[in-house]
Amino acid sequence: MAKMNMLQAINDALDIAMAANDKVLCFGEDVGVFGGVFRATSNLQQKYGKDRCFNTPLVEQGIIGFANGLAAQGSVPVAEIQFADYIFPAFDQIVNESAKFRYRSGDLFNVGGLTIRAPYGGGIAGGLYHSQSPEAYFAHTPGLKIVVPRNPHQAKGLLLGSIHDPNPTLFFEPKRLYRASVGEVPEGEYQLPIGEAEVLKEGSDITILGWGAQMEVIEQAVEMAEKEGISCEVIDLRTILPWDVETVAESVLKTGRLVVTHEAPLTGGFAGEIAATIQERCFLYLESPIARVTGMDTPFPLVLEKEHFPNHLKVYEAIRESVEF
Amino acid sequence: MTTTKSKVVYSPTFTDGAEFQIPTFKLLKQDGSLYKGGKAPALKKDKALRIYKAMVTTRVLDERMLAAQRQGRLSFYMQCTGEEASVVGSTAALDDADMIMAQYREQGSLAYRGFTIDEFMNQLFGNEMDYGKGRQMPVHYGSSKLHYMTISSPLATQIPQATGYAYGQKLAGKGHCTITYFGEGAASEGDFHAALNMATVHRVPVIFLCRNNGYAISTPSVEQFAADGVAPRAYGYKMDVIRVDGNDILAVYEATQAARKMAVEENRPVLIEAMTYRLAAHSSSDDPSGYRSKDEEAVWREKDPILRMQRWLQKKKWWSEDEEKQLQESLRKEVLETMKRAQKRSPPPLESLITDVYDKVPPALNAQFEKLKTHIRKYPEAYPKSANDAAITSKGGA
Ligand SMILES: Cc1ncc(C[n+]2csc(CCOP(=O)(O)OP(=O)(O)O)c2C)c(N)n1
Repeated sequence: MAKMNMLQAINDALDIAMAANDKVLCFGEDVGVFGGVFRATSNLQQKYGKDRCFNTPLVEQGIIGFANGLAAQGSVPVAEIQFADYIFPAFDQIVNESAKFRYRSGDLFNVGGLTIRAPYGGGIAGGLYHSQSPEAYFAHTPGLKIVVPRNPHQAKGLLLGSIHDPNPTLFFEPKRLYRASVGEVPEGEYQLPIGEAEVLKEGSDITILGWGAQMEVIEQAVEMAEKEGISCEVIDLRTILPWDVETVAESVLKTGRLVVTHEAPLTGGFAGEIAATIQERCFLYLESPIARVTGMDTPFPLVLEKEHFPNHLKVYEAIRESVEF
Repeated sequence: MTTTKSKVVYSPTFTDGAEFQIPTFKLLKQDGSLYKGGKAPALKKDKALRIYKAMVTTRVLDERMLAAQRQGRLSFYMQCTGEEASVVGSTAALDDADMIMAQYREQGSLAYRGFTIDEFMNQLFGNEMDYGKGRQMPVHYGSSKLHYMTISSPLATQIPQATGYAYGQKLAGKGHCTITYFGEGAASEGDFHAALNMATVHRVPVIFLCRNNGYAISTPSVEQFAADGVAPRAYGYKMDVIRVDGNDILAVYEATQAARKMAVEENRPVLIEAMTYRLAAHSSSDDPSGYRSKDEEAVWREKDPILRMQRWLQKKKWWSEDEEKQLQESLRKEVLETMKRAQKRSPPPLESLITDVYDKVPPALNAQFEKLKTHIRKYPEAYPKSANDAAITSKGGA
């Protein structure tokens, strides 16, 4: 075990993957000698050479198109998009290409080796274009996997899991926690399962579900709720696509209440998908409407970021409302 | 139908374009004198001083605001330092009503057009007087009255928009054009290529000004493209192109003036590659010591575009040491005082969260807003920026 922040844990995962397999390549804007604007790829070029870790020209559609080609050829590309807000020039390559490579060729070809890393999320005074959480756009695309870690231990294990997963995987990193989240991380190779949610805390009155940086927000809200005697079950979804319906449904069958929270706007957000599925599965067991605590249906603001943000107070209020329904 | 007019050869014949060497246009030496054979463009004293003052304003503003960022007054800042001649010189060659669609490092254009220090500060601090209503990060300026499109962070998106804007200007027939600024890094985006192709196909009065400042954050231009700069790409689109010393105010001015004439009078889009150097860090979040040497920076500091112009002005007896000192002092004072005032202004109203998403606020968003107001009334201490907002304190609504 070693104490690491999330960036160090991600760097460690990349280092391990590159050491274990010559076919693993890391590239993107500024990831070479500089080690990325957040330093997630620090020292990888120095260690593994310019052929395996390098700066690309500034063109996201090129980065992902190139990565698709590499993955089809049998390499294991780990492409970095500098901010999730800048993934959209590559939307076509991801949604029409990465996601459909295997299906359209009848599995003659696939890009399963592909992993795309991108920092996402708000709370860093980033305004419209350094704050977005675009997971729901991609969750509408069968063929992709989407993974979001909540802390350094999870980041390392889930990133290694994503790199090894035989499907194209988007790995969204909560950049607000890059340095803020510090914890014990096992040394060496370990993988955490893709497609499995994790129950972080058992409880009987209500289930609170989130992913990534929202888990920290949930923790604070739950602390407030528990002081009032509300027993909360907390689940980290971890994989957005394909998501672990069983674990969530099982929990809600027990508690009868569900609050889902994410930073992205309400309308079309992934909480809507979860709510629809869970009401199908648990309708007769629900004690109150499934609540969503999310960003507002606006672009991400700057000065009034706090007001926009689904913070612990808003999650706490939703818990209370649900219990008092 | 294949329409190539090329001549036919009977053995495989490749070309890498090396025969097209694009020269660099220069007029002004670093000591303020003209190169032999170079002739200064017609530039009256008034205009020359307007240009110079805009460059100095930009430099002083940048120095002060970076310092303010370091003191924690501002969340973020980006400097134009080293590129003032590329930016101000090209803007000065346009009509003041021509459209500017910039990347983010072009505050010099605004300074030239008369954006006041107060206007700069209001955006930087995102206060209630910021035209952008405190929604965007610092340096994302915009001004409709100065024909300066609000900055958007996603790179290169403004380049094809400039082609479209200028096409509309052509149809409107008032003799205006659009200039779009971008870095040599942004020129790698697909949007750049789309923009140039459409500009020549549709004969659009647009000027593409690439600030080739050597770096895109940490990525040196040699890792950005294998070609000799960005300029040769114009050939592929049959576009007129010129490369100019971007630290040479006279060359930038004259090149852009000629480009504007071609654009407006003949609907010929032009690519200008201004060779310059980003003397400062990429932004206040960046530390260049991780990717370039102090020696390299020192070489470029010697080529300071402002000093070069100052020496030229002094040789012409249009500017003195005294005037320089006075200008510097009064600008510093103005920046500091204006900053203090801007910092004290209130944040934008709470309602600005939900306006301008659409022309009118949709009912569902209004409902979210009502819920938010109730929440803030319950936890006012958690929302210091809006707890005293009229929407919260007024009895009505809710
Ligand atoms: C589409 C997109 N990708 C990535 C970024 C992140 N980013 C911001 S500035 C920058 C470098 C831009 O370099 P260049 O275009 O050369 O302009 P300069 O900063 O040198 O003026 C990058 C990669 C972005 N803003 N937008």
